[in-house]
Amino acid sequence: MKYEAVIGLEVHVQIKTNSKMFTRVAQGYGHEPNTLTDPVVLALPGTLPVMNKAALDAIIKSGLMLGCEIAPICKWDRKNYFYPDSPKNYQISQYDQPICVGGFVEIELPGASRNVMGEHKKIPLTRIHLEEDVGKLNHFATESLVDYNRAGTPLMEIVSEPALQSADEAFAYLTSLRNTMIYGGISDCDMEKGQLRCDANISIRPVGETRLGTKVELKNLNSISFVRDGIAHEIKRQIAVVQSGGKIVQETRDYDGQTGTSQSLRTKEMAHDYRYFPDPDLMPVKVDAAWKERLQRECPELPFDKQRRFLEQYQIPYTITSVLVPDRELSAYFEEAAKQSGKPQAAGNWIANDLLREIGAAKIQLRESKVTPSHIAELVKLVDAGTLTSTAAKEVFSEMFKTGERPAAVVDRKGLKAETNSGELEQWCRDAILANPKSLADFKGGKDAAINGFKGAVMKAAKGKASPQLVDETLRRLLAAM
Amino acid sequence: MSSELHYKTACELAEMLGGKQISAVELTEAVIARTKKVDTKVRAFNSFDEENALAQARASDDRRSRGLSLGALEGIPVGLKDVIAVEGQPLTASSKMLQNFISPYDATVTRKLKGAGAICWGRLNLDEFAMGSSTENSAFHTTCNPYDLERVPGGSSGGSAASVAAGETIVSLGSDTGGSIRQPAALCNVVGVKPTYGLVSRFGLIAFASSLDQIGPFARTVEDAALVLQTIAGHDQQDSTSFATPIPDYRRELQTRKGPWRLGIPKEYFGEGLDPEVGAAVQNAIEFYRKQGCEIKEVSLPHTEYGVGVYYIIATAECSSNLARYDGIRYGHRSKEAKDAIDIYFKSRAEGFGAEVKRRIILGTYVLSSGYYDAFYLRAQKVRTLIRQDFLNAYKDVDAILTPTSPTPAFKRGEKAADPLAMYLSDVYTIGVNLAGLPGISIPCGFTQGGLPIGLQLIGQPFKEAEMLAIANAYEKSHDWNSRRPNLS
Repeated sequence: MKYEAVIGLEVHVQIKTNSKMFTRVAQGYGHEPNTLTDPVVLALPGTLPVMNKAALDAIIKSGLMLGCEIAPICKWDRKNYFYPDSPKNYQISQYDQPICVGGFVEIELPGASRNVMGEHKKIPLTRIHLEEDVGKLNHFATESLVDYNRAGTPLMEIVSEPALQSADEAFAYLTSLRNTMIYGGISDCDMEKGQLRCDANISIRPVGETRLGTKVELKNLNSISFVRDGIAHEIKRQIAVVQSGGKIVQETRDYDGQTGTSQSLRTKEMAHDYRYFPDPDLMPVKVDAAWKERLQRECPELPFDKQRRFLEQYQIPYTITSVLVPDRELSAYFEEAAKQSGKPQAAGNWIANDLLREIGAAKIQLRESKVTPSHIAELVKLVDAGTLTSTAAKEVFSEMFKTGERPAAVVDRKGLKAETNSGELEQWCRDAILANPKSLADFKGGKDAAINGFKGAVMKAAKGKASPQLVDETLRRLLAAM
Repeated sequence: MSSELHYKTACELAEMLGGKQISAVELTEAVIARTKKVDTKVRAFNSFDEENALAQARASDDRRSRGLSLGALEGIPVGLKDVIAVEGQPLTASSKMLQNFISPYDATVTRKLKGAGAICWGRLNLDEFAMGSSTENSAFHTTCNPYDLERVPGGSSGGSAASVAAGETIVSLGSDTGGSIRQPAALCNVVGVKPTYGLVSRFGLIAFASSLDQIGPFARTVEDAALVLQTIAGHDQQDSTSFATPIPDYRRELQTRKGPWRLGIPKEYFGEGLDPEVGAAVQNAIEFYRKQGCEIKEVSLPHTEYGVGVYYIIATAECSSNLARYDGIRYGHRSKEAKDAIDIYFKSRAEGFGAEVKRRIILGTYVLSSGYYDAFYLRAQKVRTLIRQDFLNAYKDVDAILTPTSPTPAFKRGEKAADPLAMYLSDVYTIGVNLAGLPGISIPCGFTQGGLPIGLQLIGQPFKEAEMLAIANAYEKSHDWNSRRPNLS
C-alpha cells in the first residue's frame, strides 16, 4: 500500500521588541543569566502584567502580511501548568480568540533544476496568537539552574493547517515564513538563538484516504534542516510501524538532529489540562480599523510578490532573483542600481555575484559596503559604453570595493581604459582569422560558435583591454566580407 | 475627639503637625508606645520596624522644617496589611510560604502614601493570602477583636481593622475581595472603604482574586477615610485594570454634597440569618436617613442568593492560578525534604500553605478543569453579570443602597473555624459589591447589648465614591459610635 504524509507545523517566532511582552525590562540573547529580569518577570508577589503594544502591532502586521483576518479584540488567557522555567506557573497566551485567524504562507517547492522556478503553493494557516516565552533550564550534574532572561519575551505561535505533504514542503514553508518575518521586521528568526522554533504534527494515511491518521508531535527541531530531516525520519518510521502491522500511538517525540533518531517524550494519556481561563489582570484590547490600516501601510511587498515583479519588470534570470529577493535590503539596493544604470541584468549580475562574494569574503554587512548602488550603476555604464572590458571591470570592482573610489577614478588611476583604436583592433582580428583557417571554415559552414575560436587570440594580442563587444562586431564584419 | 494622640484623627493630626504643635516623631513614638502596650493583647501586627518608622518620621519633620512637606498625609502613620508591598519590609500574606520574604519594591499605593508624606507603619495580620473572614487563617497568630478579645476582628483584613480600633495606628490599608475590608471594619467599630474596582491600583498587592481585589482605607472617621482614599486613588500604568477617571476632592465633597438622597433597601439583605440586634441597628440608621428627608425605597437584587456560590467559583478559580507562583523555586518556602523539581512543588506547597488556602486552590483547580469549565466558571461569570445588572437596575431609582455589613457581630474565636460554609456566609452581604465591582463602605452604627460593634453598609454607584462617602458622613456627623473606645487596659 502507498502512504502519504499529512503535516502541520506549529512555529514559534520571537518578536523583536525593545522590551518584554508584559513589562518594561529589555529582551535579548546572550546576556549574563538572570540579568534581563525585574519583579514582573520573576513573578514576585503583587506584580501585574501590562501589555507591550509594540508586540501587538507586530503580530497584527504579521497577520496582515499573511492574509489573516484580524480579530476585533485582543483577549488574553492564562495557560496553567507547573514548570520551573515558567515563573508564574502559568503562561499568558491566547486560547479561544487568537488575534489572527486564517491566512496562508506561500511556498515554493524545489524546481527541476537550480535555475528553474519550482511550483508555488499556498499553505493555509489555522491561526496566529501572541504569548510570552518561558525561561531556560540549564542542567548540571547534580542540579538544574534557571535563567529567566528569555522569560516574558513576546512570542507568536503560527499554526498551519495539516496541509503539508512532505519534508520538502515543510522546509519550503519555514523558509518562506522566515523570509516574510524578516521582511516585516518582525523577527530576525535566528534558529540558533531560538528566535524561530518549530514543532511538527505528523501523520500518515493510505493514499486516497481522506480521514487523518493518528498524529505524532515532533519537538526540538532546532534548525530548518533538522525540520526536514526529522519529518522525513518520522514519516519513514510511521510507515515502517504500520507496514509491520503496528499502530501509531498519539505521542510527543523528541528528535535528535545529531543522531537522526527520535524517542518518545510523553503519550496522550499524560497530556496536560491547561485550565485556560481569561486573564483577569489584562483588559481586552480593541483593534479598530484605523489601527489595522496604519499597520497595513507598514507592510512591505512580500518576497514572492517581489520576485514575480523582478522577473517581469527587470527581465532578470530566476537564479538572480532568488539570490536578491530573500534579502529586503539587497533587493532595494538592486532596484536602485538598476534604476541608475538602466541595465537591470548587468546590475543584477554584479550584485548577485561580485558584490555578494566580496561582502562574504570580507565578512561584512551590505550596509557596511563602500560600494553603493551608484558605484554599480557607473561600472555598468562604463562596460556598456565599451570603456571597460569585463576583465578590467572585475579589477575595478575589487579595487572600489576596497577603497570606495568611483569606478571612473579607478580606471584612470590604473590605466584600465579599453583599447578602442579600431585600426589596431581590425588588424588583430584579421591576423586571428588568418591564423585559424579551421574555424574560418566552420564559421562559413554555419557554426556560429566557431567565432569564439578567434576571440582568444584577439584578446591575447590586446592584453585584455579590448571590449568583447567591439571584438565581436569587428570579427563579424570581417568574416562577412570574406 | 480624643486627648490621646494615638486616638486623634488623621485630619486633626495633620493640623497639629502643620501648626507645629506636635512633630511626626512625637506622633510616631506615641503610636509605637500604644502598639507596644496593647498589641500583646490585640495581636494586629505580624511585625513592625520601629527604627524604620522613626526614620521616616524624622525625614517628615525635616521636610516640614524646610517647607518641603509632601502632601496630605505628611507625618501620619499608616498601617499596611501584610499583602501590600513596601520596599525592604516583609511581605508575608500571613503565610508560612512567604514567612521570610522581603519585598524589593513598593506597591503603587505604598509609593503614593510615601509621596504624600505618610509613615508606612507595620505589617498587619490577615487570613492567609486574604482568604477568610476572621483572621484565624493566619499562619502566625489570630488577631483579637479589641472590643472583646475572645472574639475575632473579622477578616481577612483583621489586623488593619483592629489596629485602627485599638489606636495602634491612625489609619490603615486593607484589601477587599468579598468583604475583607468592610466586614472587619463593622466588627471593629471603624470605617472601611472598598473602592470601585479599578479606582485604586492593585500593583504590589498580593493577588487573591484579581477581578475582585481592591485596596481601600480603614479609618476612625469617614473624613479620614476620604483623605486616605484621595491619596491612593487614580490610574496606574502598572495595573491594566486601573481606570483612568478624574479623582474628585473627596474630603471637600463631604461638605458640599448635602442630599437628600434616595436610598435603596434591598429586601434580600434583611432575611434569614440576620442577627436581630444587627437588624435593629440598621433599621435605626434607615430611620435616621428618613428623618433627614431621604427617600427610602425598597429595591430588589434578585440574584443575591447566588452571590456566595458565584463568588466561591470565580475567586477560587483565580486564586488557584494566582497562587501557582508560590512554588519554592525562586523565593518563598522550599521544603528541605524535596529531591527534584516536582518534589519541590508538592512538598513546598504542602508545607507552605494552610488548610483554607489549599481548600480554595483545590476548588479553583476543579472548576477550571476541562469538562467542568462551562458548568462552573463560565456559568458563574454569566450570573456575575446578572448580579451587576441587578445593582445597575436598582440605581435607576436610588443613589445608594443601604444594608447591614455583616449578618452578625463579631463571633467567638474558633466558633466557625471548623465550618467553612458558616464562615463563607459571613460575607453574604458584602460579596455582591465585589462581584458587581461597586464601591462600598462600612460605618459604625451601634453596639449590641453585649457591647459588640455593628456596621452599616452603604453601596454606591461605580466611581461615585464622593457621593457614597457624603451619605456615610451625614450619618456619622449625627452619631458618636466611633468615640466609644475598646477597653484594653
